Amino acid sequence: MKSKKDSIMKKMLLIGLCSVVIMTALVGCNGTEATSTDAEPESAEAAVSEETGDFEDYIYFGLNYELTGAFPIIGESSIQGIDMAVNEINAAGGITIDGKTYGLAYKALDNAFNTDEAAVNAQEFADDEEIVAMIGPNDSDMCMATQAIVTDEHLPAISPWSTLVVLTESPWYFRACFTDDFQGEILAKYAYEYENAKTAAVLYDMSNPYNEGIATRFKEVYEQLGGTVVEYLSYNGKTGETDFTSQMTKIASAQPDILLLPNFYEEIIAQTTQARDMGYTGKFMGSDTWGDTSLLDWDTDNLLEGALWVGHYHKDIASDVALEFIDNYHTIYGTDKDPNDIVALNYDAVYLLKTAIEIAQSFDRTAIRDGLNAIEVFEGVTGTMNFVNGNGDPTKSAVINQISGGEFKYLDTVNP
Amino acid sequence: MNTFVQQIINFLQLGSIYALCALSFTMVYGVARLVNFAHGSIFGVSMYVLFFASTYLFNVIESTWLVYVISLVISCIVTSLIALLLERVAYTPLRNAPKVAVVVSSVGAGMVIEYLILNIAGSKALRMPSLIPNIKFDLLGVSVPLYKFMIIIIAIITMVVLNIVIKKTKLGIAMRAVSQDRVAAGFMGIQTSKVVSASFVFGAIIAAVAASLYGTAYSIFAYDVGESIIWWSFIAAVLGGIGSINGAVLGGYIIGAISVLAPIILPVSSYKDIVAFAVLIIVLLVKPTGLLGKKGIEKI
Repeated sequence: MKSKKDSIMKKMLLIGLCSVVIMTALVGCNGTEATSTDAEPESAEAAVSEETGDFEDYIYFGLNYELTGAFPIIGESSIQGIDMAVNEINAAGGITIDGKTYGLAYKALDNAFNTDEAAVNAQEFADDEEIVAMIGPNDSDMCMATQAIVTDEHLPAISPWSTLVVLTESPWYFRACFTDDFQGEILAKYAYEYENAKTAAVLYDMSNPYNEGIATRFKEVYEQLGGTVVEYLSYNGKTGETDFTSQMTKIASAQPDILLLPNFYEEIIAQTTQARDMGYTGKFMGSDTWGDTSLLDWDTDNLLEGALWVGHYHKDIASDVALEFIDNYHTIYGTDKDPNDIVALNYDAVYLLKTAIEIAQSFDRTAIRDGLNAIEVFEGVTGTMNFVNGNGDPTKSAVINQISGGEFKYLDTVNP
Repeated sequence: MNTFVQQIINFLQLGSIYALCALSFTMVYGVARLVNFAHGSIFGVSMYVLFFASTYLFNVIESTWLVYVISLVISCIVTSLIALLLERVAYTPLRNAPKVAVVVSSVGAGMVIEYLILNIAGSKALRMPSLIPNIKFDLLGVSVPLYKFMIIIIAIITMVVLNIVIKKTKLGIAMRAVSQDRVAAGFMGIQTSKVVSASFVFGAIIAAVAASLYGTAYSIFAYDVGESIIWWSFIAAVLGGIGSINGAVLGGYIIGAISVLAPIILPVSSYKDIVAFAVLIIVLLVKPTGLLGKKGIEKI
């Protein structure tokens, strides 16, 4: 019965089966599944938010977020902030345009922390006439992948968390946060003037423009002020590097006052542990990527005690808006943990969009863009900001946090 | 001088981890002539088993050493079982298929395991508990944590034991025989399929040991931890001569040396990968079989 042909067929079948299994596994994991509160998605692709509240019509925006991939915490945080803001706006009566009220809803597409996916998602939103604007992506790499599409298709976009300077060179891109330049500058000034650090070293991931942007600007400003950058070293995060001992040995032998690590929080424990193991005794400084409490949970040896990082907001100096937001977050998600920067910025991004639509009194894409540019005072969770400079970057303040006793403590506010 | 001693230790630590990883990767190739790309996921599995076992055991047992040994044993057993299952499901049915089919199958199997880890354990990164007591030693004026010594020592012990097993035991001799000529080994009465299975188990056990050292040294890991490991193991194994045990060790230490030396010498410290690949290409140009690889005779 079993001829040679049969066995070949069998093998072909097996390979086919294998690939089907692989495909299903991949789709199963990368497929977009937003939060559990979402209504049944219309297609397998976009997860459409529940149309909360009682409205005849809904205004849709697109959410391009990092749910799976290397840093899933970004997507998980993002959707929390978005859901909070959308539900709140709808509960408070939605958005009024020319006397008619509309509910707010979104379609969410996961970009899997993959630049190609991010671009495909942006194109899909641009082609979808129901979508008035895009929120996200959060990561700078993902944002840059969508910049050309957003510009060509005239789709207004707000990135909650991308601090990359060149992003807002597109007249269609806005952001809810400050820029890398601003972060690098603040860190340099703070290190030199307030911490009185005359020498500094930097170790950054050169494969991500975010890390590189802050490192470059820090070095520039710090040297202008009169400080010396004794070591300026990099590594390639794309290859999953975890051993920084060689770089840390160099840094430790120079013993700078400050070691700046403008890298993702998942890499910080390995970097600081290795720095201390190599004998570095100075202070650590970081950027806004440090703002996740996992960092505190992982820091079982208290190596980060005294470390400083620049963030977007802190509950200790929070405005009434922010305090209410933090309270609501605790109730809605049933946690004692405070929301991180990403939750707060995504929340602000939705309100920015609402404000722009209200100013424009229209949900035409161009009108929304002009509406964003016309925002003069916006009181968000992450501070009061305005967009009157017209370059898509908000003018807002930054917060210096210090890690102390296993907590992020407020240290100072820095204005641009 | 201090810096020099420090960098030597850095090199030994990193080289030992790479060497063990390359060794575990090369085992299967050496015996079964199969490039096992699912090996990275096997490594990932052992990280997670080690994490869950040790986290649980720390609640029950006081001694760090005891926790380390017990969780390592558990990790070795689970990892070996998964490697055997992998062999049964993904490779044995393809024994007579073209080489490419088996490679594709191994890539696919690796993805399946990786995404299973993702679905079971979640995507959030974890911190491995300290499996080696936090003590520091003074060596030639440099303060060195105990774990660095242990990584080097455990790696060397594993390599020595493996060498003895391969050279002296009956199983080891059978493995070498299968490696040289599978068909002839079968004629000599060796149960080749069992020997191939043994090579999977060996690879898995070494991967589990390597994972325990990796976890101790770098602590934070996520479901895709195996991806970069398999990458560098493969390069180290090819550099040293794929299938050769001593070659894998040599390749591992060379990659370790490049990783430590490149940031010292090069103006941009992240160019390490370029140097590693340049070395690989040059070696392969001069000696296509890798540094210690033997030229196989293709029979028609």
